[in-house]
Amino acid sequence: MTRYIIRRLLWGVLLLILVSALTFVLFRVLPTADAATLRAGRVQNQKVIAALRHDLGLDKSLLTQFWDYMKAIFLHFDLGFSYQSSASVKSLIVNRLPATVSLVLGGAILWLVTGLTIGIVSARRPGTLLDRFSMGGALVFVSAPEYWLGLIVLYLFAADIGVWKIFPGSGSYVSLTSDPAKWFSSLILPWFVVAAGTAAIYARLMRSSLIETMDQDYIRTARAKGLSERRVVFRHGVRSAINPILTILGLDIGILLGSAILVETVFNIPGIGRLNYDAIQHADFPIVQGTVLLASFFVIVANIVVDIAYAYLDPRVRYS
Amino acid sequence: MSAADPLLRVEDLRVEFATEDGVVHAVDGITYQVQRGRTLGIVGESGSGKTVASMTTLGLTRGPRASISGRILFEGRDLVAMSDGELRAIRGNEIAMIFQDPLSALHPLYSVGFQLVEAVRAHRDVSKRAARERTVELLRLVGIPDPEGRVDDYPHEFSGGMRQRAMIAMALANEPKLLIADEPTTALDVTVQAQILDLMERLQRELGMAIVIITHDLGVVAEMADDIAVMYAGRIVETASAELLFAAPEHPYTWGLLKSIPTLTAPRDEQLVPIPGTPPSLIHRPSGCHFHPRCPYAQPDHSRIDPALEPVADEPTHHVACLLETPVRRRLWAELQAGRMPDEALAAAGRPGEAS
Repeated sequence: MTRYIIRRLLWGVLLLILVSALTFVLFRVLPTADAATLRAGRVQNQKVIAALRHDLGLDKSLLTQFWDYMKAIFLHFDLGFSYQSSASVKSLIVNRLPATVSLVLGGAILWLVTGLTIGIVSARRPGTLLDRFSMGGALVFVSAPEYWLGLIVLYLFAADIGVWKIFPGSGSYVSLTSDPAKWFSSLILPWFVVAAGTAAIYARLMRSSLIETMDQDYIRTARAKGLSERRVVFRHGVRSAINPILTILGLDIGILLGSAILVETVFNIPGIGRLNYDAIQHADFPIVQGTVLLASFFVIVANIVVDIAYAYLDPRVRYS
Repeated sequence: MSAADPLLRVEDLRVEFATEDGVVHAVDGITYQVQRGRTLGIVGESGSGKTVASMTTLGLTRGPRASISGRILFEGRDLVAMSDGELRAIRGNEIAMIFQDPLSALHPLYSVGFQLVEAVRAHRDVSKRAARERTVELLRLVGIPDPEGRVDDYPHEFSGGMRQRAMIAMALANEPKLLIADEPTTALDVTVQAQILDLMERLQRELGMAIVIITHDLGVVAEMADDIAVMYAGRIVETASAELLFAAPEHPYTWGLLKSIPTLTAPRDEQLVPIPGTPPSLIHRPSGCHFHPRCPYAQPDHSRIDPALEPVADEPTHHVACLLETPVRRRLWAELQAGRMPDEALAAAGRPGEAS
């Protein structure tokens, strides 16, 4: 098991280097803008541009630039400095991370609880009106894009522009440490938007997984033992049916931590996604590079965590 | 209730399932009884309704699409009329069941010990510790070596035979009066099959429980059963004591079953006679005698007349549902015993219409 984890971690590091190389090439071959020209002021002067290019290190060969970047990361855990603000990318990310984590973890709890509840209830009464209604509703939320759903809930419920002025709207985020109550209320709408689509997917998954599980022989055995129906469903049915869902939960959280771009942008939450979005617009390569690396890191770690967790969830799985 | 009353008496049990293709008549009016401490073998092909019949005893076929009628009297109490809660108090307690494939019948994510403790505690208000001690004792009873060491193993860490032993241990957790064994040896290796049957016989002697053993394997019932009921298309077509059924079977379907299994004692050149065709659909059942499309001895009117299960003339305990006359049947069986094929037997026995 330990050997397995070490091997996975080494592969993860290699993958991160590859991802860095890919973003490096992508943003220099097909840049959103020329970083030096963008910063050379209103009256463009070739000398100023050349000087800027030299300052930013963009006049070196691609390979040298990549080598320098990798060296800084491996030797000093240094992600470079923003072209725009000259702030260190690492500190920017650290500042922005709490907002993203708040958004994603809160959303994950919400989608897990609602998705699984709806899935279990539907699975126990397949074909009933309740089942059809919740599965139909799930289909709507699966199909709704986040930015659209975000704008709709802002239009309906935001305290500033909403039809019913109930919840704080866009740009109202404050950190947990400064005001927990405001932190919570400001995240209600974003949590809903983050969770809606995923909860719908989880509900459908849980429903089909549980229906399939309840047909298994061991469920018949559990009933034949004289266990209560509640225990049969939860201890025997849900326990099996939930495994594939916990697997994708890890991946969903990992992916979202690195790329909650749409929701953070719609609700103007100062998180990683928002940071990345702004950086792309300003051709701020070091920030783009850093956030992409962070996103890949989360996905890779989530994958490893899921695989390890699986060995604990299912005694038949053993890694060697 | 007198001691002569049977432990289990099933009366005119019918189980139907509504499906999109039509109504499945899985069990179509069967009647049988099981005495205390005795073994009834229910024999039939896949799809003859034998599993549904026994699962209905435990209420495991209940559901929105199932319609169940008739009576299942267990010590005089009607299990069909019971509420789910009352029935649950009996399941795994007074009546227990073991299944065909012990690997899929055990929960893969829980240890064997956990699943046995659960069975004990479902009906007895005992501490986890006491239930665990009982579990180890049960595993020892069914012949699991080193039960203290194996109790926390998972089902996939057990061999097939050990898994079925564990299933039996689970069924015995509350010392049931009746054990229903649904194809308990089908999924096991031949050598292990004999061990499991021996184990069940030993436990029956020690614990005095009655057993209903459901199987397609006549060898199994020959070993285990005191009485045998042969099922075909949701009905019992023949029932008798085991000796009588093997010595003088009356139903052509039973003949088919007996003649389609190889025996060591038969002459080596004796041909096996498979039953032609496949079991009928339980949605669109054949008219008349349900067996007539596959019966080599069927007469034209057998597709119109539905035979009832009736006592054989001189053997009141032997019941058969067949339209052939008893003397004709006996001549046919004698010819088959002499090694003739069904068509030869029919010719030799004379046309059933001419018989007298």
